[in-house]
Amino acid sequence: MLKLKDIHAYYGQAHILADVSLEVNAGEVVVLLGRNGAGKSTTMKSIIGLVKPAKGEVTFQGARIEQMAPYKIARLGLGYVPEERRIFTELTVLENLEVGRQAPRAGVPTWDWDKIARLFPNLGEMPQRPGGRMSGGEQQMLTIARTLMGNPACILLDEPSEGVAPVIVDQMAAAILELKSQGVAILLSEQNLHFAAEVADRAYIIEKGRIRFSGTMAELEADAEAQQQYLAV
Amino acid sequence: MSVDALLVQFLNGLAGASTLFLLAVGLSLIFGVTRIVNFAHGSFYMLGIYIAYSLTARIGGSVLGFWGSVVLAALAVGLLGVIVECLLLRRIYRAPELFQLLATFALVLIARDAALAIWGPEDLLGPRAPGLKGAVEILGRQFPQYDLALIFIGPAVLGALWWMLTRTRFGVLIRAATEDREMVGALGVNQAWLFTAVFGLGTLLAGLGGALQGPREPANLGLDLMGIGDAFVVVVVGGMGSIPGAFLAALIIAEIKALCIAIGTVHVFGFDFSFSKLTLVVEFLVMAVVLIWKPLGLLGKPSAASRNSSAVEAPLAPPDKAAKIFGYAVLVLLLLLPVVGQMFPYAVVLMIDILVAVLFAASLHFIMGPGGMHSFGHAAYFGLGAYGAGLLMKQFSMPMEAALGLGPLLAAAGALLFGWFCVRLSGVYLAMLTLAFAQIVWSIAFQWDEVTGGSNGIIGLWPAEWLNQKAAYYYLTLALTVGGVLFLWRVLLAPFGYALRAGRDSPLRADAIGINVFNYQWMAFVLAGTVCGVAGSLFAFSKGTIAPDVIHVGRSIDGLVMVLLGGVQTLAGPVVGAALFTWLQDAVAREFQYWRAALGVAILLLVMVFPLGVAGSVKRLLRRREVAA
Repeated sequence: MLKLKDIHAYYGQAHILADVSLEVNAGEVVVLLGRNGAGKSTTMKSIIGLVKPAKGEVTFQGARIEQMAPYKIARLGLGYVPEERRIFTELTVLENLEVGRQAPRAGVPTWDWDKIARLFPNLGEMPQRPGGRMSGGEQQMLTIARTLMGNPACILLDEPSEGVAPVIVDQMAAAILELKSQGVAILLSEQNLHFAAEVADRAYIIEKGRIRFSGTMAELEADAEAQQQYLAV
Repeated sequence: MSVDALLVQFLNGLAGASTLFLLAVGLSLIFGVTRIVNFAHGSFYMLGIYIAYSLTARIGGSVLGFWGSVVLAALAVGLLGVIVECLLLRRIYRAPELFQLLATFALVLIARDAALAIWGPEDLLGPRAPGLKGAVEILGRQFPQYDLALIFIGPAVLGALWWMLTRTRFGVLIRAATEDREMVGALGVNQAWLFTAVFGLGTLLAGLGGALQGPREPANLGLDLMGIGDAFVVVVVGGMGSIPGAFLAALIIAEIKALCIAIGTVHVFGFDFSFSKLTLVVEFLVMAVVLIWKPLGLLGKPSAASRNSSAVEAPLAPPDKAAKIFGYAVLVLLLLLPVVGQMFPYAVVLMIDILVAVLFAASLHFIMGPGGMHSFGHAAYFGLGAYGAGLLMKQFSMPMEAALGLGPLLAAAGALLFGWFCVRLSGVYLAMLTLAFAQIVWSIAFQWDEVTGGSNGIIGLWPAEWLNQKAAYYYLTLALTVGGVLFLWRVLLAPFGYALRAGRDSPLRADAIGINVFNYQWMAFVLAGTVCGVAGSLFAFSKGTIAPDVIHVGRSIDGLVMVLLGGVQTLAGPVVGAALFTWLQDAVAREFQYWRAALGVAILLLVMVFPLGVAGSVKRLLRRREVAA
């Protein structure tokens, strides 16, 4: 479904990503683990086109996308949920969803307000609430819901558990598993190993812009050394 | 003052508010989404009034024909906006903000000459609207029917825009893009299309505002700068990007203007004070007060930090050996000029103009580049220097040398006062407040007949005996300009300059390491103002006459163009830019009637080819060659 091959990315002179390769298969939840500043968000941004990779290939459903404009990538059915949420604070919940809306896509679930309200009941109760007057957890739900309105085949989910209450983290995990059950592929970035273990099938660990570990979630959980070396703080 | 007079003025204010709102709302819309500060907005307004004039002359006889012409003119201007966006702006969305400004300013020049070529230099008053030619009687006073119609058109357009923004997908996308356009793109919306549509809509509204103004005001070539000035004021007072804010601001400004006319002249403490004279400057006073009280305008919201941040500016490099040798060579040539130039006496005269422009531009660059404060009203300090010298000589009968030496102190005082307010703001708001202060200075010079000579200015400012020869005055100008520029460079490469640049690049961090950013910026403002005042004083004695146009917004813009043309990121930039600009203006203006358009095209080409300015691009080329070698 989604494949990165030897991606290099720079901010000015700073080399942020080196030789990053990873793969997400259809219907799979893959987690990209790493500490703060390891390169998780930059990986996500180089996939959606907000950071242009200097070298390397990104393939999505057979199409090369590393030089495409973000809106074109999004229209191929690749959804992006940014870490900072970036909801439109002046717009209501319904208007935020309207911005993300795209035409139905063959072969992937189609989303509408009723379905969103069922996935995130909290949102369902506040259709007219402006984005700026929502709690952090509600904003996190809204940013995911907004991306779902584009009927994506695959979602890039950048640290959904960051800075939200534990009860919301549980709801996020439930939502991710629900999306997976509907056949949506997910690339998740995380620092929280326990959260990742609840939802992910496979894991990559990134450290200083390089992939250091790749394997199934079970393999990672058995590998105390990798956990200690790349994830412990 | 009677109740009926007040009511009629109140209605006048409402009609004026509609006009102002239509003029400004498109600018706010465009800025909100594209972050382009469209200097050409006033030109689109001007074209609206001209096109409507031509259309009504043909088909405007009937009610349907008149209103049809208005709508057609608006559509034509909107279409022109779409073309401009696709051909030009689309290429420069990622360029630094100031470059976009320069490009849109080039459009102003081109539009002005296009209008001159098509409609000629005379004022053209369109026909009055059929069916609305008369007046209605309100409390025994006559009020034009057409103005009454305008009172309703403004709010109707506001309502229509409001409906579009809240009830249509297009409107929701506009509001979303105003907050975070990059995210809108990441959600699958084609920004290019959205930007084109918004730019087209914004220019259409400007055209509509112009077309509706046709029966009230003659179409003329000065409407572009007047229009952009008013539009900026309204947009900034209302808060950039806020449409209700634009309406509120238009209402407040128009009503205060009307009130000033209604009050007329009052007698206070034995003085006659004419409020109606204030109308020239009242909008700028309102803007200054609002910005000091609410730095983001009445309904403005802090905009999300621009996410497509352009590359961090490289540190200023002190001139290397080659540059120094080149500098000395230029200096020797300049010293020899009067000797060689005896065959071309005009060369010395032109060179004095160029040197004055160089000092003017270098002082602007000082606060704009390393200071990061984009002043749109730098002519204020030029004018204060010129008027300071002129007044000292004429009103206080000082000798010329003393007037020249002390004149710039008036500019320093002005910069001390205005700077204290301006450095509290940033970005476009700061630029607009500097413009407001410049307009206030201009209107004082223009209206205070007893002291400044009003529109006639001050005449008979001739240099002292020993400077009477052009060559002597040239050497004086050369000495002061070279000294001034070297002084500014020295300051920029001293710890003061480091602190100033630190404050520009990261105000919070600079504050946190103990730099009082406010004080540094304020002092920089005063330094730049003082040096600019020297340029102004030199200018006064080189011409012998000064008039309020030395403070006019056109001169401030000339300064911006010089700095940007040369390149804002280099020390030599303003020098090169000022010389090039002054020479081009002189050479082209004498040869070619449409020199403005030619200059505009030249600027557009420069923006496309040399996005770093002339000096900046040459420097990068040299560095590349070095790396390659």
